[in-house]
Amino acid sequence: MVSARSASPTTANGIGRASAREAVAGVVDPEIRVITIDELGILRAVEEDPASGRVTVTITPTYTGCPAMDVIRADIRRALAAAGHPDAEVRTVYSPPWSTDWISEGGRAKLAAAGIAPPAPVPAAGVVSLTLAVRCPQCGSPETEQVSRFGSTACKALWRCRSCSEPFDHLKAL
Amino acid sequence: MNGPFDFTLALADDALVAAQRLAEWTTRAPEMEEDIALANIALDQLGAARLLLSYAGELEGAGRDEDALAYLRDDREFRNALLVELPNGDFAVTMAKLFFLAAYQLPLYTALAACADERLAAIGAKARKESAYHLDHGALWVKRLGDGTEESHRRMQAAVDHVWPYTHELFAADPAAPVDPATLRPAFVEVVGPVLAEATLTQPDSAWAPAGGRAGVHTEHLAYVLAEMQVLHRAHPGANW
Repeated sequence: MVSARSASPTTANGIGRASAREAVAGVVDPEIRVITIDELGILRAVEEDPASGRVTVTITPTYTGCPAMDVIRADIRRALAAAGHPDAEVRTVYSPPWSTDWISEGGRAKLAAAGIAPPAPVPAAGVVSLTLAVRCPQCGSPETEQVSRFGSTACKALWRCRSCSEPFDHLKAL
Repeated sequence: MNGPFDFTLALADDALVAAQRLAEWTTRAPEMEEDIALANIALDQLGAARLLLSYAGELEGAGRDEDALAYLRDDREFRNALLVELPNGDFAVTMAKLFFLAAYQLPLYTALAACADERLAAIGAKARKESAYHLDHGALWVKRLGDGTEESHRRMQAAVDHVWPYTHELFAADPAAPVDPATLRPAFVEVVGPVLAEATLTQPDSAWAPAGGRAGVHTEHLAYVLAEMQVLHRAHPGANW
């Protein structure tokens, strides 16, 4: 189940499933609206029962207390209904835990373009390293400083660029 | 304690009451960044509490969900350690509480991630990443205040002296539990000792070890926390928004 994210969307019942997956993959994150839940890596699987047509979507939260989960579930159901899949169930799993390493390359580029510095690769297990330089998403300078390790959402920290003086959000490596 | 239900409920109540106490700082923290930080940490604790409460309800098998357990139990049925229910006090007391709690929860969740119970292991693996940030944040403030001005040092030391006795309860032995809390003390000591030393603070050696939370015998403070947390749900049963 957990590897279904990279599995081919085409099956014996190809067309229906592909469209269900595409519909869900296009749902944007309600708090970071430039990136989809697929690019963020929180979409774990989309499965369609060929017999009943029931779609089961599996997602995982970025943080345990992420307040956006209810909205994401509702958005997924709405997207599926609009794509002709009214019978849908959204399941939430916690294992394996989400990591910022699951954010796709495309997702990282979109974050940077929106002024949110993407996370560095996650360091060795259990240790949170905050020593790596974070590049300013505005001017690209590595001369930046952390203002607060907690930001506007659970997954972001607040940073400031010493070169161009712009404050910016940084998605914390987790 | 006995069995996975009591163990899970104790962890859930630690997180829930800690979340409620931290949330009291919202709009009142000394600076805006800190306001956001404490709200974020409260949210992490609430997230862990919800997962643990839901699981505790399933283990109990009596049909109680996370809301029933959070909102419809009285203080004597809560199993949190006394540490988390202590009033926030000044900022130094809150940081002492935060720091000691994180120094306990990080090794706890790390051990949980490797335990035989799959659900608890999943929750532990998720929550430990967040605890690492809480520990960093608490340690940073303990050092900043301890090794700061004469006044900040005085208040940070007073806070450590005040809170320290309540840490002992966290490590009460429970060999039957999925993770025996007694086994976590070495990791706690290893983290706390160097931070206090760097903060030029003295680690208390008081033998006083108030306890009772795990058995439902609390300080007079918990009932007030619960009254505020539960009033809406009890006044409007089943309300939704």
